[in-house]
Amino acid sequence: MEILGAVFAAVYQFGDAFAFLVLSACGLAVIFGMMGVINLAHGEFIMCGAYVTVMTNRLGVPLPVAILAGALVAGAVGVLVERLVIRHLYSRPLDTIVATWGISLIATQGTLIVLGSTMPGVGTPFGSFEFAGLSYSYYRIVLMLSAVAVLAILYLFFTRTRFGVLARATIQVPSMAEALGVDTRFIYAMTFGLGAALAGLTGGLYAPTMTMVPTMGTTFIMEAFVTVVVGGADVFLGTAPAAAVLAVVKATLTSWYGQLFGQIGLLIAVIIVIRVLPRGISGFILRERA
Amino acid sequence: MTSFRRWISRLEGPQTMGRGPAFWVGFCVVLVAACAYPLFSDGYTVGNTVYFFNWVFMALGLSLIWGYGGSLSFGQTAFFGLAGYGYGILTINVGDAYGFTLIATLLAIGVAAAFAALLGYFLFFGRISGVFLGIVTLSVTLVFERFMAQTAGPEWRVGSARLNGFNGMSGMPPLTIPWFGESIVLYPDIELYYVTLGLLVIVYLGLRILVNSRFGNVLVAIRENPERAEMLGYDVRKYQLGAFVIGSSLAGLSGVLYTTWGQYITPSSMGITAAALPVIWVAVGGRSDLTATLAGTLIVLAGFQALTIYGSQYALVVMGLLLVLTVLVAPQGVVVLVGRALGRLFGRGAR
Repeated sequence: MEILGAVFAAVYQFGDAFAFLVLSACGLAVIFGMMGVINLAHGEFIMCGAYVTVMTNRLGVPLPVAILAGALVAGAVGVLVERLVIRHLYSRPLDTIVATWGISLIATQGTLIVLGSTMPGVGTPFGSFEFAGLSYSYYRIVLMLSAVAVLAILYLFFTRTRFGVLARATIQVPSMAEALGVDTRFIYAMTFGLGAALAGLTGGLYAPTMTMVPTMGTTFIMEAFVTVVVGGADVFLGTAPAAAVLAVVKATLTSWYGQLFGQIGLLIAVIIVIRVLPRGISGFILRERA
Repeated sequence: MTSFRRWISRLEGPQTMGRGPAFWVGFCVVLVAACAYPLFSDGYTVGNTVYFFNWVFMALGLSLIWGYGGSLSFGQTAFFGLAGYGYGILTINVGDAYGFTLIATLLAIGVAAAFAALLGYFLFFGRISGVFLGIVTLSVTLVFERFMAQTAGPEWRVGSARLNGFNGMSGMPPLTIPWFGESIVLYPDIELYYVTLGLLVIVYLGLRILVNSRFGNVLVAIRENPERAEMLGYDVRKYQLGAFVIGSSLAGLSGVLYTTWGQYITPSSMGITAAALPVIWVAVGGRSDLTATLAGTLIVLAGFQALTIYGSQYALVVMGLLLVLTVLVAPQGVVVLVGRALGRLFGRGAR
């Protein structure tokens, strides 16, 4: 029983870290993988989703609906940002990272000015259960399942829907897709919106577990960056395995030395991975296949 | 003698804006004005100007790495903080006698440079480039900030120096120059102003020589087309690493000067907002030119401080807006645009 308890605790911690990494990174990874744009305002889209979720939930809307509302609003803001700023920078991908940093500053400070330095949150639902003498949160299990569900839905979306196929065609050879009648500008706008909506979803999902402050996005971005760098440019071949590998590092170090050392471990892991696999895990897998 | 003359001739060249007698007359006028400025001002304003100067070193370093080398390093504040904390730890433990503050300055910059060399080895020799370089360096800064922010407990001490967590470290001695009879203590006043101004002129002219030398030309060639530079036989990684280490040492110098200026350093001077500011100065000024970066940094800093009177939150929104607009409308930088316009106006003045 004691061994079972220890195994369960380890699996739970791994699952928690995996969920956090996948959910943090998926929005960033979709935008990067599809468009080559690193969205430094990613954390602010997460913050946006969390704020909208909490506000609508406090109006009496049930939490799952509130989370979806958060994702939708973040996605809409994402489409708007793409129209106003990102669209003009596709020929200069390195400048998008700088521009989105400016957007991130505006969003964080704007939220601080409009909504104040903190906002009352909502409690974590579902309570907890006990296993082998240790207490676990049900909501964390929900988060793990959500992470897996998000990966599965994204996979189906990009392989089985018409939009997904058009999006992948646009990514591979934009000029050819355009010649075949695909509205590539629309595809880019929607892809950016999808990435922003995924960030908003992450914010909504984690909103009940966090303190509502305008800088809450920075809690996620380090993990998101690291996962995308290790994963490389492919969401399924990159982000998911990268999150799995990094979750082991993070969960182990966090349970031994605390959260900060989990992050330091992630960073060191990334720097080493970069030295060995410059194009990330997906680059490695794709080269092996080719 | 001839080699000296060659060095001097590299003060101007293809990689820097401004050449010919007109530019250097202007340079001397500005320099004389800067030297005379404390005579017409009070101690507080002079000290404040020194505060502006402190940041310019980091901006020039970023210009070298990003503008000339084309590597997006968004974690310059990590080296800034590392050197600042390094200076604090060294001087609090050893004191300021016998000019140790100057040695501590060099050691702290050395630590920053060594860390930059280590990190840069993994990054550049792993051949990561573009956006990844930016986000890895930024991640390093964020983690370093979080690490320093949690060092509040009494167990986080190096010798007699408490790291003090989020509140930061304070009480380190200011720069002290040993002198006959009595040491000169450089408080943020006229003496420190001249020392910092002198350093600034040396670094600015030194970097001008550097970027117009073979090293600078290769660096720009790498920025323009890394594959071509490699085909021509240059080891791209070494040049990028070199620029990264030099630029990061300058960030370290900024960190030490900042720490001695206010006699404190906090983790938030490395956080994501602090890390964004150098990027804004350099981008708005014009990252691919040293003079534009220098002027842009001072202008943006002065503007930022003027706005802060109405609330630093609003000032940051304006900074964000400025960055987005610069990238969209004047990607080469506002000062560069103005400089080119001036050059056209005066015929053969600027590039």
